[in-house]
Amino acid sequence: MIEAVGLTKRYGAKTAVDDLSFQVRPGAVTGFLGPNGSGKSTTMRMILGLDRPTAGRVTIGGHPYRSLPNAPRQVGALLDAKAVHGGRTARTHLLSLAQLAGIPARRVDEVLGVVGLQDVAKRRSSGFSLGMGQRLGIAAALLGDPQVLLFDEPVNGLDPEGIHWVRNLMKTLASEGRTVFVSSHLMSEMALTADHLIVIGRGRLLSDMSVTDFISANSADFARVRVPESAPEEREKLTSSLIEAGGSVMSEPDGALRVTGLPLPRISDLAHGADVRLWELSPHRASLEEAYMRMTQGVVDYRSTDDAKAGLLEPPQAAYGGAQGGYGGTQGGYGAEPGHYPQHQPADVPQQSWYAPPPPGQNPYAATHSATAPAPGPATAPPPAAPEPSPADRAGEQTSEDPR
Amino acid sequence: MASVPAVLNSEWTKIRTVSSTTWTLICAFAVTVAMGAGVSALVNGTFDDLSETEQLTFDPTLVSFSGTVLGQLAMIVFGVLVVGTEYSSGMIRTSLAAVPQRGTLLFSKIAVAGVLALLVGLLTSFVSFFLGQALLGDRGTDLGAENVLRAVVGAGLYMGLIAIFSMGVTAMLRSSMLSMGILIPFFLLISNILAAVPYAKDVIRYFPDQAGSKIMQVVPEAMGSDPSPYGPWAGLGIMVAWVVAAVLGGYLVLKNRDA
Repeated sequence: MIEAVGLTKRYGAKTAVDDLSFQVRPGAVTGFLGPNGSGKSTTMRMILGLDRPTAGRVTIGGHPYRSLPNAPRQVGALLDAKAVHGGRTARTHLLSLAQLAGIPARRVDEVLGVVGLQDVAKRRSSGFSLGMGQRLGIAAALLGDPQVLLFDEPVNGLDPEGIHWVRNLMKTLASEGRTVFVSSHLMSEMALTADHLIVIGRGRLLSDMSVTDFISANSADFARVRVPESAPEEREKLTSSLIEAGGSVMSEPDGALRVTGLPLPRISDLAHGADVRLWELSPHRASLEEAYMRMTQGVVDYRSTDDAKAGLLEPPQAAYGGAQGGYGGTQGGYGAEPGHYPQHQPADVPQQSWYAPPPPGQNPYAATHSATAPAPGPATAPPPAAPEPSPADRAGEQTSEDPR
Repeated sequence: MASVPAVLNSEWTKIRTVSSTTWTLICAFAVTVAMGAGVSALVNGTFDDLSETEQLTFDPTLVSFSGTVLGQLAMIVFGVLVVGTEYSSGMIRTSLAAVPQRGTLLFSKIAVAGVLALLVGLLTSFVSFFLGQALLGDRGTDLGAENVLRAVVGAGLYMGLIAIFSMGVTAMLRSSMLSMGILIPFFLLISNILAAVPYAKDVIRYFPDQAGSKIMQVVPEAMGSDPSPYGPWAGLGIMVAWVVAAVLGGYLVLKNRDA
């Protein structure tokens, strides 16, 4: 059991970890999520007693790490895959660590087998790939057969087979009653591995709940409704009757409608009542990745800007008018035909950066941390993500422009 | 609580499993012995060309240790690498996660590497001495002569202490590059050049290498060197004080800074 209480770390004026309190329980894989620079690694280092907290404390099994009796037998950690002297072989690296905890050399060969490095055990680690380095780091963590395991980004650089193996390893370790704490910036990975999620952003706790709760709290189901493209008035009619019935409607860039708050049969009935033909009525579930992105979008430290390549490209010859090709690319046949963009749309939402809105009242964090967070409610609500086309969309427009 | 024998054992594994250990120590031995032998042979051949003062204070023991000026650089590299690679590779975090008692880790590391450096230093000094005396022929001396054994053992201690001093400095600076960039020019050039400058030499003679190397002299003011206000053992004591200060500084840095 790892317990942090009011954990804070400041580097000069910058606060890396801000009043973080959480518990990591045994018998489950706890995912530790956050964007780059959100303080995950700093927190991990503080758990291991490498960095001293500015305020607060973190304990493992009730003890601060530095006063744990025989720490390597109780806590195993993978912090940095490449934190190995390159001149040492995999085996001698592990041997030097094993000797610290009085672990017999036989155990070194065991863990080398467990992580699949037995064939390169006598090779210098400087020649190791990132994936092999991760395996070596995991071997070091497993060495003392500890009850508490910490892994910082363990799947970085691993091949699909390795990722699968790490997933199963984490689950197995947790099922044996151990405490497993895994950091990652990939929600999709955590959704498959973790039982419990701790999400931080800019060093603050954003969410601390089980994966099941996280899904039900954050992933909004919606229906995609498509009406014939040649009948914009039918689209208007359907939109207004859906809003009247209490649903909320947003427009997708290719002309389809995202409807939330109404069950599918009700949408069908309403369309029937309004005498509108439907080309598509399909249920969708916003992915956890989207929920996570929405939660953290206000606290991302490093965000890329659009690469205009201003100094590299000739200015485009033709104006943009009539160029719709870019948007439809990801949508298959529907949006590809020109002519329906964007005059009729109540609220245009670029596809690439569209995150499903949270259910009302479920996500207080997004509202406090992000000015662009969506206000739950009727269709008049502003689009939740960037109101301008995302870089990807613009790039799409530009490439579609080039052949002319 | 990681036990001290376990940490010592682990540090010994770390040291013997990297090739830089072997190469730097072989280099220290070979350079010191070869250069000492070369200078001994040269001095023997050109003895009549030496100045009168130098002839009067001729110190065959010191001549056979002429190689330490260069050989100590390899010892410095050894000391820097033993500590510095932990930082440059990031291994220090793995090590400290396994041994949260930072003092135990650093002192064990320095103990293992220091004893190894002292042993190699002693081997180097004895081989240098015997080879040098053989090449000096009739002008040579032998271990039985007064103060000679002290000088030979002292030369070995000097080599080992230089390595330990480098370990302490590297633990303070936490970087191999930085430590080498400071230590090597200092011991190769600055210290030797300033030692010849009037006024400056009054301060420089208390620097670790200047003070420590006094112990290699059998004849006082050997080879026309300046008289010093301290004797051979006091000189070594000054050097030991420097070493202790460097190691303590390294310990305080390791103990108080985030890894």
